[in-house]
Amino acid sequence: MARFLTPKALRTLLPALSLAALLAAIFYLQPRTMSYFGLNLLLNLAVPIALATIAQMFILCVNDLDLSLGAFVSLTACITATWLNDTPLLGVLALAACVVAYGALGALIHLRNLPSIVVTLGMSFVWTGIAVLILPTPGGSAPEWIRTLMTLKPSLVPFPIIASVVIALVVHIGLMRSAAGTVLRGAGGNPKSVERAGWSLLRVKVTMFSLAGLFGVFSGMALVGLTTSADANIALRYTLLSIAGGILGGGEFVGGRVSPVGAVIGAITLALAGSFLSFLRLNPDWQIGAQGAILILVLALRLLVSSRERRI
Amino acid sequence: MTWVSQLVQKPWVWAWFGAVSMWVIITGVSGFGAGGQVMSAAASFGTFFVIVAIGQMFVITLGPGNVDLSIPACMTLSATLAMKFMNGDPDLLVPGFLISLGVGLAIGTTNFLLILFLRIPPIIATLSASFLYQSTAIWSNRGLRVKPPEVLGDFAVAKVAGVPILTLVVLVVTVGMAFLLHRTRFGLSVLAVGQNEKAAKLAGIRVERVRFLTYLMCAVFASVCGFFLAGFSGGAALNMGEQYLLMSIAVVVIGGTSVAGGYANLTGLWGASLFMFLLVSMLNTLGLSAGYRLIVTGAIIVAVIVVSGRKLAR
Amino acid sequence: MQSAAPLVKMSGVEKNFGAARALTGVDFEVNRGSCVGLVGHNGAGKSTLMNVLSGVILPDEGEVQIGGVLLDNGYDPAGAARHGVRSVFQELSLCPNLTVAENLRISHPSIKGIGWRKAARKVILDELDRIFPGHGISPDTEVSSLSIARRQMVEIARAFSSVTSKIELVILDEPTSSLDQNSAAQLVDFVRQFVGKGGSVILISHLLGEILDASDKIVVMRDGRSVAVDEARNFDRARLVRDMGDVLAENSEFGARSGAKREGPPVVTGPAEDEHQLVLYPGEIVGFAGLSGHGQTEMLVRIFEAAQGARGPIVATDRAAFVAGDRQTDGIFPLWSITQNIFVSSLERLKKGLSFDFERAEREAQDWQSRLSVRTPDMGNNILSLSGGNQQKALFARALGSDAGIVLMDDPMRGVDVGTKQEVYEILAEEAANGRALIWYTTETDELKHCDRVYVFREGKIVAELSGDALNEANILGASFEKEDA
Repeated sequence: MARFLTPKALRTLLPALSLAALLAAIFYLQPRTMSYFGLNLLLNLAVPIALATIAQMFILCVNDLDLSLGAFVSLTACITATWLNDTPLLGVLALAACVVAYGALGALIHLRNLPSIVVTLGMSFVWTGIAVLILPTPGGSAPEWIRTLMTLKPSLVPFPIIASVVIALVVHIGLMRSAAGTVLRGAGGNPKSVERAGWSLLRVKVTMFSLAGLFGVFSGMALVGLTTSADANIALRYTLLSIAGGILGGGEFVGGRVSPVGAVIGAITLALAGSFLSFLRLNPDWQIGAQGAILILVLALRLLVSSRERRI
Repeated sequence: MTWVSQLVQKPWVWAWFGAVSMWVIITGVSGFGAGGQVMSAAASFGTFFVIVAIGQMFVITLGPGNVDLSIPACMTLSATLAMKFMNGDPDLLVPGFLISLGVGLAIGTTNFLLILFLRIPPIIATLSASFLYQSTAIWSNRGLRVKPPEVLGDFAVAKVAGVPILTLVVLVVTVGMAFLLHRTRFGLSVLAVGQNEKAAKLAGIRVERVRFLTYLMCAVFASVCGFFLAGFSGGAALNMGEQYLLMSIAVVVIGGTSVAGGYANLTGLWGASLFMFLLVSMLNTLGLSAGYRLIVTGAIIVAVIVVSGRKLAR
Repeated sequence: MQSAAPLVKMSGVEKNFGAARALTGVDFEVNRGSCVGLVGHNGAGKSTLMNVLSGVILPDEGEVQIGGVLLDNGYDPAGAARHGVRSVFQELSLCPNLTVAENLRISHPSIKGIGWRKAARKVILDELDRIFPGHGISPDTEVSSLSIARRQMVEIARAFSSVTSKIELVILDEPTSSLDQNSAAQLVDFVRQFVGKGGSVILISHLLGEILDASDKIVVMRDGRSVAVDEARNFDRARLVRDMGDVLAENSEFGARSGAKREGPPVVTGPAEDEHQLVLYPGEIVGFAGLSGHGQTEMLVRIFEAAQGARGPIVATDRAAFVAGDRQTDGIFPLWSITQNIFVSSLERLKKGLSFDFERAEREAQDWQSRLSVRTPDMGNNILSLSGGNQQKALFARALGSDAGIVLMDDPMRGVDVGTKQEVYEILAEEAANGRALIWYTTETDELKHCDRVYVFREGKIVAELSGDALNEANILGASFEKEDA
């Protein structure tokens, strides 16, 4: 029994436990949500948040931080709602360019040894600026196929749950189980010795940043599929949410320790937390503050767990 | 021509060069009348940028990873609480200012405690906390825009020989801050910690105390800026701090302070501040919309960091 | 087992780091199917020699041949791997966030594709079983949750495991420093088996018994060259210690300072329960000795923190100043001038009203320049314009210029020229005479002759306190290496 309560076990169980606790609380407050329809409604927005959290997770894995993710997802949402819808080829090219841009940023950060925090902060204004140029006012519409995908109603299990499971599984296999993913993670854990073993840290950085860009694109597309229109500020809160989700899911700021499954669970938990707070009839004035409070709480909890870890 | 080459090497020269260039373009396109007007506006608005930039500059100088993202929320909360308290009553001006100061002290302390005890990167600490501060402001505002006391409003826009009084005050403060940075134990400690935190500790500098005072100072500057900005704009709006996050960092970086820490200069803050305002004006003059302003600003920040990057020791 | 040509043949290898001469013409050979034990005290050049052999650094002069192939300037760690050379150095090179098996993927790129994990598990488990039977390590454990001993076992096993390439030579640098006795013995057994099958091993260790057990041939290095090469059976512990020391050096200067009076109560006291309690009195120069990396720097930092007010087992009753040995990470402020680097520890002392007294600071810097002979045209120049030795002088000026009563020196003379050292020694003696208390950690045994007493460190603890007649090089060396005979 003692083995199950080791701090490491607690760290991996924390996201699942908090999700379960939150679900229980929500069902208690609003028993009607305990249905297919209710769950679908609750978890709808979890999919784009989960994708964004995975994107941030790739960056965290190589010891960096992306403060522009929210602006980037907003940008990809705007591109999806306009170009991808009207002139698909242009849209695809634009989205591909976004991914390439992220990869280029990773290369720049690595080669010039730049602090990712300030660079991404600067880039966030570039992304927002481009988004504002594309959609100065809210508008656009979702491409048919994305809309259909996001509003699928499979018979037994709500789509958001299926989507989340698929995302978690795919990334888990790719990053945690595969040979290539192992090298990517290792580069976050001990970059010097991975480099000495002959691997190119530049390629690792570019790969991880490009993956982040890719999932950022997916996040924007999924978001538009749900909201059917977009604007330049639609996903700005994703920056903080993605960081909180990644940390809640067991990830750490340094050391290459991340968990795709945990990140997705963390994202779902945070998405639910929003609903939970409104069920609690929390004064809407505090909804913004709640986001910050949640991240602080998560970090405090983690500190508590890891300090016990060190004492043992 | 050695003085030219020496001058060119000073980081703040480029900010001033940029500011002058912008002004030349504006005047070239719209004439001297517009040029004079925009200069005056630049002096007024630029002053507010400088106030927050001073605080942010000290924080960034502490070393990589130190940025205060709670400046906008701090400005908003301080202005909201102060304006509400004063409720337009000129007799309450001084207590109102003290409340503003108090908010800054409280926020600075909270930020530091989060960094110290939760051991999270300052970016995350100030980012998360800023949401709480913003919420507090929203909750206490109740949607009413409270006018500042006339006295405050008058002071904020008053001019002497065409130069805003506030600008003169902040100029004096800037000189004082330069003194603080380069000639006092505190400023020298900040510069030392920013260059090599471990060496600073082993040289006997109380690193955490220095860090505390720096974050405290930054929040106080933000809160005071909010106070006067509310006077200037006729009240505290919930989005009043919106562009100040970008501006505080842009002005610091473009002004020549090193993002890697350990090197700061105040002359560049003014040059960069004027430059940023004139840049926006120039873009407007040329008919380019808000989107371009954001792109250009962001690109310039990134470019400055890339070009001036001192190789951080791995 | 002697083979015709040696596997490794190094001739006349020289390497300088600035003014420091790390290798002064080394001839070194390793035969196939043999284990060479490499011993020497600090600064002997063992690590540098191994760094050259494993491709981490290039020699300035000399030739290196591996398997009859002459190495050129393109030789690097990848090249070393291609020649079948593996190394286990003291810094752990595992990725702590990966499992044991996953770490194998990093070092063996050929393990890939479907089922790679199973292959990796098998490889590492086989090797662990071979070297450390009964190890109890599961290949799916995350490295960070392994004890240091187990991590070291994994590092060693990984070095000996091969998937596609043949392993010719394994360099083991202090491989048993974290292992328990049982595992250490297992490793020695395995080394014998490994060389019995034709492989070669170079073993560096401060445990002389281990060296004597495991090696066929022993090479003793000192001051950048090899001073004794013989078959292991012709050595014993006493001879090793003797050969490592400077037989011809005058030992009479040691203990010369022991007559120094201890005035007043101690300024630093360590825990009384320790076998050898650490105490420091004003007016003393106390030395820290022993092989580098055995806890000396950590102790200095703990004393420094105690002097700053930290509560703990060490008590200090005065302020302390620290002279860093690792300049770049612990000492230098790279954007500042020499003067600024000096006065940074005197910010409080040189207050003038609200501001800092720059004039006085500059005058003091000038004084230090002449007192320490800092060679620069202008003390206002950037600190990095100084040579390494002069930068070190600036760090001394910083510490001695402060008003701290305790001065802690972390091997500050590394890479400093002889002339500078002399100048500094005299000043340190003056400071002690003026009532300051100094602790001097040095990796150069010779310097300890300037100390009143010496604490010898081994494996993190003080294992000997030497003073008076007992303070001589032989005793220092003896205490640095393990006590038991082979």
